Amino acid sequence: MEGSQYPKGDFREPLPLIGPGHSFRSITDKLTSVVLTKHTPKAWFATVAVGFLLFNGFLIAVTYLLFKGIGIWGTNIPVGWAFPIINFVWWIGIGHAGTLISAILLLFKQDWRTSINRFAEAMTLFAVMCAAIFPVIHTGRPWLAAYWLFPYPNAMTIWPNFRSPLIWDVFAVSTYGLVSALFWYIGLVPDMATFRDTAKHPLLKKFYGVLSLGWRGSARHWARYEHAYLLLAGLSTPLVLSVHTVVSFDFAVGIVPGWHATIFPPYFVAGAIYDGFAMVLTLAIPLRKMYHLEDFITMRHIENMAKVMLATGLVCIYGYACEAFFGWYSGNEYERFLVANRTYFGPYAWSYWVLILCNFLVPQMMWSKRMRRNVWALFTAAMFVNVGMWLERFVIIVTSLHRDFLPSSWEMYRPTIWDFSTFFGTVGLFVTLMFVFVRVLPMISVFEMRTLAPDARVKSSEGGAH
Amino acid sequence: MAHAATSPALYGLLAEFDSAQALLDAAKQVHAAGYTKADAFSPLPIHGLAEALGFRERRISPLVLCGGIVGALAGYGLEYWTQVIAYPMNIGGRPFHSWVAFIPPAFETTILFSAFTAGLSMLAMNGLPQPYHPVFNAERFARASQDAYFLVIEAADPRFDVEQTGAFLAGLHAREVVTLDE
Repeated sequence: MEGSQYPKGDFREPLPLIGPGHSFRSITDKLTSVVLTKHTPKAWFATVAVGFLLFNGFLIAVTYLLFKGIGIWGTNIPVGWAFPIINFVWWIGIGHAGTLISAILLLFKQDWRTSINRFAEAMTLFAVMCAAIFPVIHTGRPWLAAYWLFPYPNAMTIWPNFRSPLIWDVFAVSTYGLVSALFWYIGLVPDMATFRDTAKHPLLKKFYGVLSLGWRGSARHWARYEHAYLLLAGLSTPLVLSVHTVVSFDFAVGIVPGWHATIFPPYFVAGAIYDGFAMVLTLAIPLRKMYHLEDFITMRHIENMAKVMLATGLVCIYGYACEAFFGWYSGNEYERFLVANRTYFGPYAWSYWVLILCNFLVPQMMWSKRMRRNVWALFTAAMFVNVGMWLERFVIIVTSLHRDFLPSSWEMYRPTIWDFSTFFGTVGLFVTLMFVFVRVLPMISVFEMRTLAPDARVKSSEGGAH
Repeated sequence: MAHAATSPALYGLLAEFDSAQALLDAAKQVHAAGYTKADAFSPLPIHGLAEALGFRERRISPLVLCGGIVGALAGYGLEYWTQVIAYPMNIGGRPFHSWVAFIPPAFETTILFSAFTAGLSMLAMNGLPQPYHPVFNAERFARASQDAYFLVIEAADPRFDVEQTGAFLAGLHAREVVTLDE
């Protein structure tokens, strides 16, 4: 941070991580004033209103589901896995960028993670919540799901089958949810102390005071804190890679053509990060505008995220190419039929090509620096990727299932209004939770932003600024 | 602590410093002068500050290792007990003890137990949650979570003496030195 290795004005010189002239005081004031104010932007109300409306659609759809059963959905035989698993995989994937930013970029000492990690972690938490809804409600009888999903001593003395990837998934996703919540909360504790000490209203002081656990910034506490935080990052890194790997096992361990492929784990993980970064951009671009955070979420962050998207997107495309190659090279007639049906003559071939447009063609514009620094263009690209990654799961699941091994079992899949209202309802829930979070908790880590300010520099025997 | 006394006991002396650098330099001198019950407070982690006060603890790592081992054994043990002893079922002709298939859940419980050991042992060793602490009695201390740096020497320190320690702290370019009640 002390000065650049490049001459002044060099094109390789990275953009700054924080706007010029910031001190501890200005960082604290700016980031606490977003929350500790009576003023709420109009755009906030508008967004939450839309989100909450969609969430009410979800409540209606789920109520009807509980009365009638899953027959209200388009799910049928042979397409027995449809919207719920598509949405589940999509949401879990979105969560992965949050952990990547908070854990993996921390281990790689990428200090640009600092201003985006907090709300990316919140995004992870809410995305996992949305994802977890689907495995529960897709059973149609969620009150029975407890003993279907979790190993607990029940009156029937039966236990789940640990040889099935579906139970691995339960362990992976619940561990992921719990560890993400812990990581996020531990990161919040010192900021809660700042809020406790800056809030004026006694009730707010109490609220943030309880959340701060009495944090006082002691040097010994900080030493243990940083140690534990680093360990948590180290533990979250294999965890996040394992979660989408296990999700991909739900498919890859089966024998269905189009699922049974060894490329699935890395390809799913790359796709998850791809989509997750698209969602971070989808949220970061409007939020930085709404709360005037251009000094903290700078073009450097936006551009770096675009680069990560471009790279992981190309890994994803490599996965698509491998899938097609495996199908052809297997020499198996079912595999070959699947590839031809998926990409060329099948009734869902359009979805494959829309997916290629969204995930491959449009994002290639991010090769251009001008496009990477244009928030409108990036927001559009991120939207395409959000849609494209949803379609990817649609293509994998529906085109593989709708043509069963026997032509007599062939059937089309058509989602109903209840499928859509449930899906968009979780989008509404996600948006609502995200915006409520931004309103009541610091969306940018205040104490970590301080480490970027010039005041933070010390010369110690170990050398270097923090 | 909470017994009824006419005036509260002295907890220590609190000195405020202007910058992270000043605090770090002062911490080194406090340690060099032989004070053992001293602590520093800052709004952000300052590398080397805890070490400057003579803090060399690394107890979290071995605890996390233990947590991970317990998690692995618990996860694998649960799988073995349910699939082999409590509820053996022939599923697709696979062995009851399908150790390969048992790895993913055991891996997840390993991570779960070690991550919670890391987080909770950090809080426990720090004595958090702790709603009350004498440093909060100082009026300026609210700024310790924003932009101010503090150093406290406790009255319980064997070398502590109100006059001498106060003069010593003032000599370290402290901006202000105040007494803290218990």
